Amino acid sequence: MKTASLLLALGMALAAPAFAAEDLTQPLPPRDAKWSFEGLFGTYDRGALQRGFLVYKEVCAACHGLNLVAFHDLAAPGGPGFTVAEAKAIAAGYKIPAEPNDRGDIFDDKGNRLTRPGTLADHFPPPFANDEAARANNNGSLPSDLSLIVKARQGGPNYLYSLLTGFNLKVPHGFAVADGKYYNPYFPGRAIAMPPPLNQGSVSFNDGTSATVTNEAKAVVTFLTWASEPELEARHRIGLQVLAFLVLLAGLLFLSYRKVWHGKKEE
Amino acid sequence: MANPTTPEPTRRDFLYIATGAAATLGVGLAAWPFIDSLNPSTAVLAMASVEADLSAIQPGQQVIFKWRGHPLFVRRRTPKEIAAARAVSPSDLPDGLARNANLTESAPATDANRTIKPEWLVLVGVCTHLGCTPAVSTREAPQGSYGGWLCHCHGSDFDASGRIRKGPAPQNLAVPPYAFIGPTKIRIG
Amino acid sequence: MAGHSHYLPKTGFSRWLDQRLPVIRLVNDQFVTFPTPKNLNFWYTFGVILTVMLVLQIVTGIVLAMHYVPTADLAFGSVEQRIMREVNYGWLIRTLHASGASMLFVAVYIHMGRSLYYGSYKAPREILWILGVVLYLLLMATAFFGYTLQWGQMSYWAATVITSLFTAFDQIIPHFGTALSTWVRGDYAVGDATLNRFFSLHYLLPFVIVGVVGLHIWALHVPGNSNPLGIDVKGPQDTVPFHPWYTVKDAFYLTLFLIVFMGFVFYAPNFFSNPDNYIQADPLVTPSEIRPEWYLLPFYAMLRAIPNTLLGVLVLFGAMLTPLFVPWLDTSKVRSCRFRPVMKQLFWVFVATCILLGYVGAHTTDAAWHLGEVDIPLVWLARLGTLYYFAFFWALMPWIGKTEVTRPVPESIAQAVLKKGAVVAKGGEQ
Repeated sequence: MKTASLLLALGMALAAPAFAAEDLTQPLPPRDAKWSFEGLFGTYDRGALQRGFLVYKEVCAACHGLNLVAFHDLAAPGGPGFTVAEAKAIAAGYKIPAEPNDRGDIFDDKGNRLTRPGTLADHFPPPFANDEAARANNNGSLPSDLSLIVKARQGGPNYLYSLLTGFNLKVPHGFAVADGKYYNPYFPGRAIAMPPPLNQGSVSFNDGTSATVTNEAKAVVTFLTWASEPELEARHRIGLQVLAFLVLLAGLLFLSYRKVWHGKKEE
Repeated sequence: MANPTTPEPTRRDFLYIATGAAATLGVGLAAWPFIDSLNPSTAVLAMASVEADLSAIQPGQQVIFKWRGHPLFVRRRTPKEIAAARAVSPSDLPDGLARNANLTESAPATDANRTIKPEWLVLVGVCTHLGCTPAVSTREAPQGSYGGWLCHCHGSDFDASGRIRKGPAPQNLAVPPYAFIGPTKIRIG
Repeated sequence: MAGHSHYLPKTGFSRWLDQRLPVIRLVNDQFVTFPTPKNLNFWYTFGVILTVMLVLQIVTGIVLAMHYVPTADLAFGSVEQRIMREVNYGWLIRTLHASGASMLFVAVYIHMGRSLYYGSYKAPREILWILGVVLYLLLMATAFFGYTLQWGQMSYWAATVITSLFTAFDQIIPHFGTALSTWVRGDYAVGDATLNRFFSLHYLLPFVIVGVVGLHIWALHVPGNSNPLGIDVKGPQDTVPFHPWYTVKDAFYLTLFLIVFMGFVFYAPNFFSNPDNYIQADPLVTPSEIRPEWYLLPFYAMLRAIPNTLLGVLVLFGAMLTPLFVPWLDTSKVRSCRFRPVMKQLFWVFVATCILLGYVGAHTTDAAWHLGEVDIPLVWLARLGTLYYFAFFWALMPWIGKTEVTRPVPESIAQAVLKKGAVVAKGGEQ
């Protein structure tokens, strides 16, 4: 059949690139890290979420926003599992641009933006006042907002994990890294403007987990996956219920179908 | 049109009833997310509790805050206003109940039952008739005949304790759940 | 075949109603006692599946529109923050709607493929087929408008590319194409005005679709269903009432379809989407690879296969409109491919061609297959595919229909069914 030969050609074409030498213009495929939130029953590792929040707060937040995440989300079901009181304390630790005061001012006498402590209803404040300020502080590059980062990158959590742990590798012979860039084989173009963000001991975890780069990366990627998909646990739970119900219904319908058609020849 | 060789299945057949019931149940359950999606979102619920700083309010003055999308009246009453409000007996009022979310439902509408600290009257600024915002009565611009609020929609007249005295409103202005978290700071909700 | 009514009102009220507004009679005659060929197979269940999917898209869409904000500044946030995070079950309704669009097209393509294979478009069902093609075009337009609304990078650049197609008409009348494109956008570039009108049209078109679906079902119920044998119903021995025979069969296959659909919704919600669409639209940066949703990829491949823009646009529109002429392009006396050995082969090559075109459409313009030492640029495959697409309809269909030696067609459905036991070696289809 003609379709068979087409499929054969397709298969060969897909297999072909595997034999090619490493192409330095292309990024490496992300490494497969194992995640607790994968699979039909996947849920987030609460410890990793809380550690990941710490990594985000202490390391990433200096340059990267998280503007879609609200402080009350930190205490929501399916999230990092902070209590409402803890989430309030975390919120209060952030300075939020204040609403106009009684005199209608949003700047103080020295021209600084007036702020107030955050509340549960507030969102994580952006690290820079605007995109221009962000570029000016980062050699012209714009650090992405991380609220959707896991869904916005091919490879999702594995890509981010590979990227975060893919610094400080030997630069291949013949590959030139531009000034102000860092070699990272998982990044498209393999040269990234972000300096290696995670180091041994960048943060100190209070649950006894040792602050290795791997542990930090694993934790912060878990946290960012939650930031991108806060509905994941509910989705998995409801999904199981829905599928179980539909399989049951399909079974009943199949029996009814057989019974109705019994003795009635169909093709 | 039923074919004589295959009689129509009986309606009592358990299998068909079970299948039909399961399908109906499925449609019913599937409706819930759509219905619930019209309820207030988590962002709205996160705003359900607000804090208000009362320190700038002068005696005799009312400041309006916003709580759950409604105006929230905070009035710093003068001793004269308090005395006038206290002189009224609940049994003489159209609505004899305090309508104070911080007390039991049967609490009588004495002025003491309308406040936590007599000086500060905190009310939901929604007329209990049809939801307009009543206008506050001040020395400069008096409203109504009881020195409290007058609702311009249908003429409900409230006293300086927010109790209905005349007009169509069936209840006293509601006192929201609130607590003092500082000498002049309250949290509502 | 619609025949006379078998409805007998039983109660006083139903008699009263029947003389004034015979809706119960209509439902009874069209969806309960409606005589349906008894040999319809699995592939005929997609009509009901499509109806359910359309209703689901409309219900989820109406709820989403209650939370969505169609302005360039707020659209992305209203989807990704409000709907996905704040609204109760908003994530579920949004995922149902987005994955539902793709699943709807899966069903549409199967439904159309079934029609082509069994010759369901042939007399007396030409209008039925044409209404179906109109529905397909309306669905594509609706899906395109809907894809824009998320206001991610792919949304934005898809809208830009599609609205830019009109500029190709500059080659016929100078400046006319550009003016048309600007008129469609309401701006020099895709922006607030474009988003707002696309939202309006995305809300309007589904109701137009419902209307055309009504006509489609009407046109189906005048001649009655076609069937895998492609022969006319000869009498009551060939049919069964729609209910309960086909209600239960369709419900069963609908449930299987829903299981697959829910698998995507709950366990792979982003299977049909592109990561770039989780980045807010940026009019200053085009993503490195842009491509439309999968169901438009074959047409996208054709567009890119033609080096001249105007010609490409004409080929694109030509490919979309060609199916309208199928009832007259097919000259065969026999409907079903079951009895048309040559057409059957050509049909499957056509299906493979559409998949190949889709595959090419998903890759960059300079992509190639490496077969040993030889590079096959995908654009050449797209050109071959485009050629076959048009040849299939405009040359092979009329020609094969006249020259093909068909296999003997059974006398009637009832006879074929009785004989089935004797004819075991019938080939690899149902």
